[in-house]
Amino acid sequence: MAIRVQAEDFDVGAEYAAFTAGRTSVGGVAMFVGLVRDIAGGEAVSAMTLEHYPGMTERQLEAIEEEARRRWPLDDVLVIHRHGRLEPGDRIVMVATASAHRDAAFESCRFLMDWLKTKAPFWKLEATPDGERWVEAKDSDDAAAARWAE
Amino acid sequence: MKILYFAWLRSKIGVPTETVDLPAEVATAGDLVEWLKTRSPRHAEALANSKVVKVAVNQEHVPYDHPIAATDEVALFPPVTGG
Repeated sequence: MAIRVQAEDFDVGAEYAAFTAGRTSVGGVAMFVGLVRDIAGGEAVSAMTLEHYPGMTERQLEAIEEEARRRWPLDDVLVIHRHGRLEPGDRIVMVATASAHRDAAFESCRFLMDWLKTKAPFWKLEATPDGERWVEAKDSDDAAAARWAE
Repeated sequence: MKILYFAWLRSKIGVPTETVDLPAEVATAGDLVEWLKTRSPRHAEALANSKVVKVAVNQEHVPYDHPIAATDEVALFPPVTGG
């Protein structure tokens, strides 16, 4: 189990290497990496600041990981989420799941991202030519999370 | 009770946290949001649309009918936008 909330960047290759080191029962790893885009809602974005709720963030991510492990046979889960000021092209989030079989790895990776987007207490503030604006939650994110309802 | 505000709720209200003495009739998260609106025009404006005011009690998301107690850590924030 690994949940990390940090300001620093991470090295995807190094994380993958550490995640799989010494694991011979794993048949597949699924990974998702989220990046800062330079355009949102038709407007240029020069930077993004991620605010979060220390304490609750870790707690919610742990709960989401626990739920994924309850639903799929996973050998391991890694979630890294950054906070603070980021620029276009920067990595924001990484989720990796390891399982004996690919279906569990793929599905749980997507589940973790969908739930994280609607439950983990992060908020994005974008810097645009018209000034700063808080990103609004999307109905499509709620719909993506809702399809995992049991 | 300690209350934390995040994102635009924090900037609209003007403080990241405040400690309040709750009147006895404030029993639920929803009661608290209503009562906080009466504290200042800034609070009233920030909390006007309860659809975009979410509540966490002791770091767990809760619905508006969730009970609250003076020792709880309560946070108010807009819908989350991480990932």
